[in-house]
Amino acid sequence: MPAQTPLDRSRPPVLRAAPKPALPKLQSQTLPNGLVLDVVEMHKAPIVDVTVVLRAGSTRDPDELPGLATFVAGMLDEGAGSRSAPEISEEIDYLGAELSGAAGIEIAQVHLHALKSTIHEALDVAADVALRPTFPDSEIARQRELRRTHLLQLRDQPTAIAPQAFSAVLYGEAHPYGRAASGTDASTELLTRANVSAFYSRYYRPSNARILVVGDMTLAEARALVEPRFGSWPDSAVPPLENTAPPAPMPRAIYIVDKPDAAQSVIRIGNVGVPRGTPDYFAIQVMNTMLGGSFTSRLNQNLRETHGFTYGVNSGFEMRRLAGPFRATASVGTDVTDRAVVEFMRELKAIRDSAPDEAEVAKMRQLLALGLPGDFETSASAGQRFMDVLINDLPHDTWDRYVDGINAVTPADVQRVARNYIDPDHFVVVVVGDRKAIEPGLKALGLGPVHVRDLWGDEVQP
Amino acid sequence: MHIPFTKFTLTNGLEVLVHEDHSLPIVSVNTWYHVGSGDEEPKRTGFAHLFEHIMFMGSQHVPTGDFDMLLEGAGANNNGSTTVDRTNYYEDGPASALELMLWLDADRMGFLLPEMTSEKLELQRGVVMNERRQSYENRPYGLANEILVDRLYPAGHPYSWPTIGSMADIAAASLDDVTNFFRRYYTPNNATLVVAGDVEPAEVQRLVERYFGDIPRGPAVARPTVPAVHLAADITHTLEDQVQLPRLYQSWHTVKAFSPDDAALEAVAGIMAGGKSSRLYQRLVYQMEIATQVAAYEDGGRLDGRFVLFATAKPGYTLAEIEAVLDEEMHELADAGPTQRELDRFRNAMEAHFIEVLESLGGMSGRADQLNHYNYFVGNPDFIVQDFDRYKRLTPADVQRVAKTYLTTAHRVALSIVPNGKPELAVSQGRN
Repeated sequence: MPAQTPLDRSRPPVLRAAPKPALPKLQSQTLPNGLVLDVVEMHKAPIVDVTVVLRAGSTRDPDELPGLATFVAGMLDEGAGSRSAPEISEEIDYLGAELSGAAGIEIAQVHLHALKSTIHEALDVAADVALRPTFPDSEIARQRELRRTHLLQLRDQPTAIAPQAFSAVLYGEAHPYGRAASGTDASTELLTRANVSAFYSRYYRPSNARILVVGDMTLAEARALVEPRFGSWPDSAVPPLENTAPPAPMPRAIYIVDKPDAAQSVIRIGNVGVPRGTPDYFAIQVMNTMLGGSFTSRLNQNLRETHGFTYGVNSGFEMRRLAGPFRATASVGTDVTDRAVVEFMRELKAIRDSAPDEAEVAKMRQLLALGLPGDFETSASAGQRFMDVLINDLPHDTWDRYVDGINAVTPADVQRVARNYIDPDHFVVVVVGDRKAIEPGLKALGLGPVHVRDLWGDEVQP
Repeated sequence: MHIPFTKFTLTNGLEVLVHEDHSLPIVSVNTWYHVGSGDEEPKRTGFAHLFEHIMFMGSQHVPTGDFDMLLEGAGANNNGSTTVDRTNYYEDGPASALELMLWLDADRMGFLLPEMTSEKLELQRGVVMNERRQSYENRPYGLANEILVDRLYPAGHPYSWPTIGSMADIAAASLDDVTNFFRRYYTPNNATLVVAGDVEPAEVQRLVERYFGDIPRGPAVARPTVPAVHLAADITHTLEDQVQLPRLYQSWHTVKAFSPDDAALEAVAGIMAGGKSSRLYQRLVYQMEIATQVAAYEDGGRLDGRFVLFATAKPGYTLAEIEAVLDEEMHELADAGPTQRELDRFRNAMEAHFIEVLESLGGMSGRADQLNHYNYFVGNPDFIVQDFDRYKRLTPADVQRVAKTYLTTAHRVALSIVPNGKPELAVSQGRN
């Protein structure tokens, strides 16, 4: 059937004005024991996510025991209350729920994902896991053994080796962001019930925690769900977080981690970036999206779509409580490793050297601003956005103000933050690949000294 | 549990499904072309996937690069994927971008070839070779699937090569291949378009007719058919590779997707190796502490299905020790069946899974893609309730029977992947 008006395919259709979405709201209440309950109502599907968030991430690791925080979090569901480890997993699986304990750099969390129909029973188990873990010696031994094995298997994964070595070199072991969050071979041997229990007792306290409920629950329902299970959690003073200064920048250098006969090299380039609280948040989002945070970003267009060196590139600022890393990364063919580094350097300098066109900035503003509603579609994805608010003490209306913040970014802002926060003279360039094939080419680039390191960032004797 | 839709078909054969959801101002356009790696010609493995990459490189009215530029500029994201049976493409974004999405999809369906060049092919050939390196060759155990399907299926069977294809075949793909493949498979009568989200069905129909209506119908598409295949004997293979720990894969022929025993085989996978409460995790990882990991899945396709089970040994243990326990546990299930509680556990997990599917609209597995999935495999887009019923109806006897029929009394492929220089860790030929 012919269309009523003649169809001109030569121009894209004019876009209608984008609708302004109404995002779900974050509501907070404080329980009598000081625990803050945060609730995001989303009633589309009968699903509820409950997350106990604690400032008990790997930045809390003792200097001599990297990996303790992640180990403690992983131990929580290996025996709690009156249940053994197998009984916990069996009960949760039977309820069709998912329960996990895990820690990252800044926080630890006990996360429960369940249908509304089973949330009460499932949260009984989750509350035991968060509040009454038993840390049986037999389970400590079993999990320690599994961790030894996982560290062994880390050697097989160049995409996991690269960030590990990069953080270690960039921050050094004097900074919490430079230590191995999953532990080292040596620190794993030191994990005992005594240090697990001590860490737990010190940091797993209501004043160091929040509970986030996202999903098919009203505020009143959520409170009735949470208060009986967490309202009598006893508090005690928790040590403040330390504000370790970032390390002094080092002259640019290349660090090879040898992976003999690897089909690709994993390249990771960057420097110390910014904390989440930076006033330049919006400008950095736009700048990074343009640089390597989208398919049409400069790095992806160059390395993938112009040169075919890689399946994909990305860059990003890991914004944490303190200044986290900025890094750009890709897996590239072994034979084009040096050429790929040249193209990385070209784009990382170009975004500093001249202000972008308004059209390029406008496209990135649109992508970020109009893409926001999609992140609030599921309870899990909305929960992640609100977790960012909670763990960084951001205002409750952070996401409601996001679109205006993004839309205010100008080309001059983009260039300014690129110059302030991307530092090519002090880049750490980590390349995990086949040393014998890539070292001559990397040396010939003249970008700086070429060192050989292991996955911990430590020197390797030639 | 329900995905309501309306349906219309253009005169050129394009099938269109519309699903309304006004809860967020977003839209998802999801297109399935009914062609996958199983349709490839000999010496051209990986071509369906390489072609998928070319579909993003521009068309007659969309200069190279503009496809992504325009979508990202409208706040939308997009991607595609290729399996043995089908190729899908989606665009997700604000509802305001709907017309742009349809214009772009129509242009690459109707007008891809006028602007096709060898440069586009060469470029995506390089990208795909790097995808193969990144996701298969430079990943531990990444070559397992390629070896398994090669041993499980007879030479020439549509499922006997991996979707990514071989490096040699990717290198050999020509511009003529692109033209022929496009004319044969990328036709309106070989595609189904789903438009889902904050849309009005009448408006969708008007726009789809406008942009897709004059694309000519292509020739009727013949898909490959194959006789059922069986292994005549067990097959054992060992690969020495750059891995720290040995891993054993076992694979069997099973049944097609959505055929009567498909759901029961999924239950076998869940009960044996789904999560920490599964039988094999409890035995191998928790009690005996001889493995670090165990996993299983039933993978039913249009033409055939397969069951895959794998376990990674802990340092100091051989794959023969692992195999003995896998066999013992599988025979136990085939002899005595699961408990009702085990089956309930599996069914509850499936219920949670189905509700989660309903939560998202777009992407690789949201409601838009589900409509296409069910439409393709069972001819009923809103099949989700019946799908869940397949799992609800299962009895312990069903699970026991399929374990016996397809697994313990059938021949299988055993693949050992062991560290270089350690062939003694592999399982050997023959078993009792």
